[in-house]
Amino acid sequence: MHHLTPWAGLLGGALIGLASVLLMLFNGRIAGISGIFGDLLTARNRGWRLAFVAGLLAAPLLAALGGATLPVPTMPASFTLIAIAGLLVGIGTRLGGGCTSGHGVCGNARLSARSIAATVTFMVVAIVTVAVVRHGIGG
Amino acid sequence: MPRQFASFVSGLIFGAGLLISGMTRPEKVLGFLDIFGAWDATLLFVMAGAVAVTAAGFAMARRQARPILARHFQWPTRQDIDPQLLGGAALFGVGWGLVGLCPGPALVNLACLGVPVIVFVAAMACGMIGVDLWRERKAATAGAGAPRATGRP
Repeated sequence: MHHLTPWAGLLGGALIGLASVLLMLFNGRIAGISGIFGDLLTARNRGWRLAFVAGLLAAPLLAALGGATLPVPTMPASFTLIAIAGLLVGIGTRLGGGCTSGHGVCGNARLSARSIAATVTFMVVAIVTVAVVRHGIGG
Repeated sequence: MPRQFASFVSGLIFGAGLLISGMTRPEKVLGFLDIFGAWDATLLFVMAGAVAVTAAGFAMARRQARPILARHFQWPTRQDIDPQLLGGAALFGVGWGLVGLCPGPALVNLACLGVPVIVFVAAMACGMIGVDLWRERKAATAGAGAPRATGRP
């Protein structure tokens, strides 16, 4: 149904890495999206965080100007399920101090023990969650 | 202002990377997490590309005295693996597995102004604010002057 797209994956991944390197080289900051977005909501010194999130939002808009279609993600029908998932992602990334970018990319690139532990944990739990939801394994 | 511009460009490239890699599409992410179904290993290639470039670039940054536009490199310093790190990562894993969206792709997908994505991001924002409020309350009851734990990677 869905096919492996290794080259697009590698290229996109390299761009994500480039963005993380640029933010560190220029601003001295870790490109952790949950941290940037969370601090934008609750902390002071919002300027650079707002600019980063604006850049994230500008990417699909610029692509649309260039003729690409705006991505509309496939989501579950239940708003309750969506809200619960969003809440868990918000609570979890804030408690755990990072998500797939801060821990998964930047932290693992630094060989941080915390980030490796977090990445293994959220990967395994997400795989189990999908297994339970889709295949009813252990559920 | 130059610092904001650098942030914007970084966010833009990050967003482009997420779009090109297909990681803004929940079905690609869930296809990776679904190891018992028609497994799609793309996410592994995205991670490999991102981590390789980041590791090389960070090694370069480590040799610089300071960032180009800021005074200090803010490298994370914590080493301890505490219950909040693992518990938080586990909760995140459940939410990620339920819908296939993590914070970056969720924000990029906001551009389509679809109601489901808006609901997801709003709930995510509530969760983040809730944790900060809980931590502030805990710090206040633990005694004035206690440093606020941020728990960054």
